[in-house]
Amino acid sequence: MKKAVSLVMCAVFIVCVFAGCGGSGGEKQVVNVYNWGEYIDPVLLDEFEAETGIKVNYKTYESNEQMYSVLRQGGVNYDVVIPSDYMVSRLIDEDMLAELNFDNIPNYALVDDSLKNMTYDPENKYSVPYMWGTVGIIYDPGVVGEVTGWGALFDEANAGQILMFDNSRDAMGIALKYLGYSLNTTDEAELAAAFDLLKKQKPILQGYVMDQIFDKLESGEAAIGPYYAGDYLTMLENNPNLKFCIPEEGTNVFVDAMCILKSAENKENAEAFINFMTGAQVSATNSDFIGYTSPVGDAKALLELDETAEAVRYPSDEVLAHCEAFTNLPQETLDFYDSMWVQLKS
Amino acid sequence: MKKNKCSGKLLMLLTFVFLYLPIAVLIVFSFNDSKSRTVWSGFTLNWYKELFSDRMIIQSLEITLLVSVLASLIAVVVGTFAAIGFFNMKKKWRSPLLTINNIPAVNADIITGVSLSLLFVSAGAVMGFDLGFGTLLIAHISFNIPYVILSVMPKLYQLDPNLSEAAQDLGCTWFQTIYKVILPEIMPGIVNGLLIAFTMSVDDFVISYFTAGSSVQTLSMAIYAMTRRRISPKINAISTLLFAVVLVLLIVVNVRQAQQSKAEEKKQKALRGQRAVSI
Amino acid sequence: MSKAKLHAPLIKLRQRFRSFLDRNRKKAFAYPYIIWMALFVIIPILLVMVYAFTKAGIGFTLENFSGINVYAPVFGRSLWLAFLATIICLLIGYPTALAISRTSARTQRIVLMMLMLPMWINFLLRTYAWMSLLENTGLINRFFGAIGVFELVNSIGESLSASWTPIDHFQMINTGGAVVLGMVYNYLPFMILPIHSVIIKIDPFVIEAAQDLGASGKTVFRKVIFPLSLSGVISGVTMVFVPSVSTFVISKLLGGGTDMLLGDLIEMQFLGAAYNPHLGSAISLIMMIIVVVCMSIMNKFGEGEETAVVM
Repeated sequence: MKKAVSLVMCAVFIVCVFAGCGGSGGEKQVVNVYNWGEYIDPVLLDEFEAETGIKVNYKTYESNEQMYSVLRQGGVNYDVVIPSDYMVSRLIDEDMLAELNFDNIPNYALVDDSLKNMTYDPENKYSVPYMWGTVGIIYDPGVVGEVTGWGALFDEANAGQILMFDNSRDAMGIALKYLGYSLNTTDEAELAAAFDLLKKQKPILQGYVMDQIFDKLESGEAAIGPYYAGDYLTMLENNPNLKFCIPEEGTNVFVDAMCILKSAENKENAEAFINFMTGAQVSATNSDFIGYTSPVGDAKALLELDETAEAVRYPSDEVLAHCEAFTNLPQETLDFYDSMWVQLKS
Repeated sequence: MKKNKCSGKLLMLLTFVFLYLPIAVLIVFSFNDSKSRTVWSGFTLNWYKELFSDRMIIQSLEITLLVSVLASLIAVVVGTFAAIGFFNMKKKWRSPLLTINNIPAVNADIITGVSLSLLFVSAGAVMGFDLGFGTLLIAHISFNIPYVILSVMPKLYQLDPNLSEAAQDLGCTWFQTIYKVILPEIMPGIVNGLLIAFTMSVDDFVISYFTAGSSVQTLSMAIYAMTRRRISPKINAISTLLFAVVLVLLIVVNVRQAQQSKAEEKKQKALRGQRAVSI
Repeated sequence: MSKAKLHAPLIKLRQRFRSFLDRNRKKAFAYPYIIWMALFVIIPILLVMVYAFTKAGIGFTLENFSGINVYAPVFGRSLWLAFLATIICLLIGYPTALAISRTSARTQRIVLMMLMLPMWINFLLRTYAWMSLLENTGLINRFFGAIGVFELVNSIGESLSASWTPIDHFQMINTGGAVVLGMVYNYLPFMILPIHSVIIKIDPFVIEAAQDLGASGKTVFRKVIFPLSLSGVISGVTMVFVPSVSTFVISKLLGGGTDMLLGDLIEMQFLGAAYNPHLGSAISLIMMIIVVVCMSIMNKFGEGEETAVVM
């Protein structure tokens, strides 16, 4: 009996050693996707697997910066990542993205021309748009009154009710816009002024959050916070009191785009995934679920949009004229962002 | 003295209320008929049903159990032998080695995690592998072994040094001595070490977080990913199940132990009675 | 001439040889683990040191340390909160351990199991459950609201000062207090278990002897029980302080993420929003040194006794 036990133990040990070495064995087709949290209709993953037989390993990140850290640290094997515009160009600059083979992505033709050859990927070699949208303020008018501009986030009357972005680029973006500067400024005085503003804001905040904002605003734990427009529609379903505004000072318009990493081991599967996500019906289903705006023109017709949803998803040209996109910043400014952010939170 | 005892009991009671209050909340809200964490809206078993169709949760539970079982078993084998080895060394060697052994147990989890991830990432870059199940397993074994050694060592000190001599005189080979004499004697320590190691593995988040890479995730990591938005009541459900299983196991073990010790007492009483009669 | 007499020295020699061989063979059992430790304990820590003293593209530098005073508030806050949590754990844990040790053996076994049982629910979830309890619209505030605590407080407040602003909740979440509570909650068993394991080993005759010699209950505790349980206290303090000072989850969930702790700072440099493993390593290294210094100071009090282990 005891002999048997020890034999089993030895066997287990040996098996483990082998399992440890050859962990990535197996012939099954896979694609490793790294996406923002709460940024896909999970049904689509099953659909993709059923359609192509490729298994999706799906993991999520919290912000562009966090994704960048994970990729830079290495030791991971993601194929598809879905960063925002400025991060796409940073990844291109740092030679981390692979050129796409558009023969494998015929659905690219469906993407609106206005979203092709964007400044972050001028020749459109590396990315296919996933979703786009704006940043606005989500608030409960019963608690903080009507809101029209960024000022409400810095107003002491709302102390304890305010949530703020938990990533440097978005948070600084708001401060810069409130002060009337460009989102992409590299001017030290302007950056310092924005940083000061954030420091002053900190004591009246309830917290720095990313996706926790859903829970906090839906349950009424907090009453105001900036977030991505599409997510407002999701929150509205759970808390009808919430309202949304695009601040009059202007805001950020962003495009999140699917890219393939240079280190990808399953490039063709990754292209199949990108192609699948760009299909009109799929993109419409996805847009319907997550609330963001599909880059596929045909998708709009497939959606049944009420007035609010339409206004949030497809802002008027007048509004868009006010908006600015993030671009990648020079290394010096990036370093400032990093150290500023750590200091702000310490 | 009596007053003292009462206040002691009260203190124990309060401590347990404190420890179990959030667990009670968690269990109660696993039966809640909405996603809310604070508002009760009726009884349901839906979360338990949905749980089994949630691929992500089931997969991460499998990974957690697999890595915990493997890591604790390997840690027990390696750790027990290492403890025997340390025990037979001169103090000059033993002390520094035991100090090094203590590092992962005493060091902050985050430093163990960060330092291992630096190793795995740089080794991976040279040798061409990614973080994954293998690195996760190695990390778990690494932080489990110290606990095994720490619980086996005292049992070795309690061992009668003449025991293995006697066994060899009676014709045991050196291997047989270990296997038939020493191991059974230190078994309680080994089992204890196994249990601690397994529990530590299941409960670990920080070290897994830094060493698991992209292809696998443990239940803790899945839960952490969820805390970024809202924890699904399904996770409450699976934790309630896990908790119930462990609770039942512990009760069974406890009852059996109590029965055994009772039976032993009876036997000894009977023996004593017999002896008294025979005298 | 008996045969046995002739063989006696031989037998002794053989025995000695055998035990020498035996010890050597058994020593070898530790070799695999020694290699393991070198690979997965020593080298990783050396790597942290290497990272701490280098910078990408520059090589050796002290830059990571020179700018570190910026993070002094984080160090201060972490040490202070961990200190508070440790003291509170000790104040609750010691009497509890003492009380447990005075119950019957059977009760003790059950109680110890009940201390370990919560560990089977993931600590993230337990901490998250505290969030549900402590929030402004959480269970505790709802309960207080339902039994009319706030009305009472408001009426008292109004009678005391005219400018009283009525409250409808107590602010508990997103405070330093909530973070300390999370630490105490998660690590209290690690204080109770080692203290208990040392107390039950105290020879009851020693206590009896002290009583016989006329020591009062208080004196017995002060002069006998407490000094003898010190090694348990020390390992308990270590096991609460170290994870408290390095946590990065509790502060995120219960502290609102506005004020970072050391753990958050380190996590942020590796997998978080500001990638800089060199700075992260430097901070890790400093934290390790602080912990080692704290522990060696404490071990002075324990006078070199071997640290007690949980259970």
